[in-house]
Amino acid sequence: MIINQSVQPANGHIQVSHVFKNYAGHAALQDISLDIPAGSVTVIIGPSGSGKSTLLRTINHLERVDAGFIQIDDEFIGYRKKGDKLYELKERDILKQRKSVGYVFQNFNLFPHLNVLQNIIEAPLAHKKLSKDQAILKANQLLGLVGLRDKVEAWPKQLSGGQQQRVAIARALALDPKVILFDEPTSALDPELVGEVLNVIKNLAKLGKTMVIVTHEIAFAREVADHVVFMDQGRIVEQGTVQQVLEHPKEERTQNFLSRVL
Amino acid sequence: MSLEHYKIVPARHPLRYIGVAFSILIIAVVAESIFSNQNWGWSVFRQWFFDPAILQGLLMTLKLTFWSIVFSLILGTIVAMMRLSSSWLIRSLAWVYIWMFRSLPLLLVLIILYNFSYLYEYINVGVPFTDTVFAQFKTINALDQFSTALVGLVIVQSAYTAEVIRGGILSVDHGQFEAAAALGLSWWRRTTRIILPQSIRSIIPAIINECVGLSKGTSIVYVLAMPELFYTVQMIYNRNQEILAKGERKSAINSFVFFKKAQPHTTQPRIGASYDH
Repeated sequence: MIINQSVQPANGHIQVSHVFKNYAGHAALQDISLDIPAGSVTVIIGPSGSGKSTLLRTINHLERVDAGFIQIDDEFIGYRKKGDKLYELKERDILKQRKSVGYVFQNFNLFPHLNVLQNIIEAPLAHKKLSKDQAILKANQLLGLVGLRDKVEAWPKQLSGGQQQRVAIARALALDPKVILFDEPTSALDPELVGEVLNVIKNLAKLGKTMVIVTHEIAFAREVADHVVFMDQGRIVEQGTVQQVLEHPKEERTQNFLSRVL
Repeated sequence: MSLEHYKIVPARHPLRYIGVAFSILIIAVVAESIFSNQNWGWSVFRQWFFDPAILQGLLMTLKLTFWSIVFSLILGTIVAMMRLSSSWLIRSLAWVYIWMFRSLPLLLVLIILYNFSYLYEYINVGVPFTDTVFAQFKTINALDQFSTALVGLVIVQSAYTAEVIRGGILSVDHGQFEAAAALGLSWWRRTTRIILPQSIRSIIPAIINECVGLSKGTSIVYVLAMPELFYTVQMIYNRNQEILAKGERKSAINSFVFFKKAQPHTTQPRIGASYDH
């Protein structure tokens, strides 16, 4: 009952419709529309400042959109639908919505005053989703999944960057989210630690959860992505399969970007 | 080739010896001047140090300090939270509070409170702007010396405490707020489980400073003619005119109290040290 390792009935269908977001006069997102099928792996690439991370943050309502809508399985992020009216959600309900969306940060953001186990069981206990025993059992299984079963009692500071990120992934999984968002999960890591984190993410792709990954690792994108999105200056320039976007890009900006990073 | 024939010569620190000699000299000079100078009046000091009136005053000072710390921590935390609120109005209200009570001298606040009954004859507990009154107190009875002193110290001190706590909260990395929010932790859980435990490391030393300052600050309430330590010493002095002995009694007793109070700070294990090992 704790972790279903087999492929789950797919849910976690993300629809982004005409989303706009401004930061102090600068257009971070301009008319973004995106359909991410349940259980798929979508990789977003693009130069710094292209709005990739902002888009990811709006899906978790860490960032409020100025216009447009984001839905996960027909539930509006940040709103409650009643008839043909959308009521803006209060903080408390937004927090509830976030339970179904896991988020992995570039800088891990583990809680330094809590050990690995406490980091992972914090959210399930806060939401009274599991009893303490169940939460601990589940935390151990998740740590097994990310290959850190022996680090249950360790403190974040004692772990390498790669290990910390793997704990952060386990933490994000503890609430059984339908969707997991990865915000440049390997950008803060030393080169030799990147591989272990990417391997964990690759394994997760088999769990059938919807994953959206912002990354600069093009080789990794090629390996895991069902769908690749290229963004530049707050817009989606091109999207499609690995073949379409990475192998045979149509747009000049995509070609330029790929020639620079490959 | 064997390296065993090398002899290791420890580094020497000649400046340390000079420092030690200097420190001993300073201690000797100060001690000699204090104990050989009859004007300090040590016999008077000895006579009064354990006088019941002095001890009563000390007790009053300690009581006032203790309750001031307790209430200013509570009020200070609330004001700090208000100051960090996302509502502009609440933030501004807290800002004005902090600005005002950090600017007003404690003495002035105490005098205003002491004469509060001239401003407001009655204190009503009820619904504002209506005639509904649940309870009514005569100001002059409700605010006796102790409560006037306590209220004055608490409202002034909590302005400082609020800034210390706010600083502590802001010292926590923004990523921690985001990680807690992304996990859907409620405001209360986020604050008590994630943010405050991390900010406490920078809050505690500053709060200890504030407490020491506060316990010395209590001497200012002598203007309310309240028999706390300073006032009592003042009374004794008025009778025997031993001014030096007075000041010294005061400072000797105070430094003893501060030493006792300061102890927990210096010997306290580092909060959160557990994740350093």
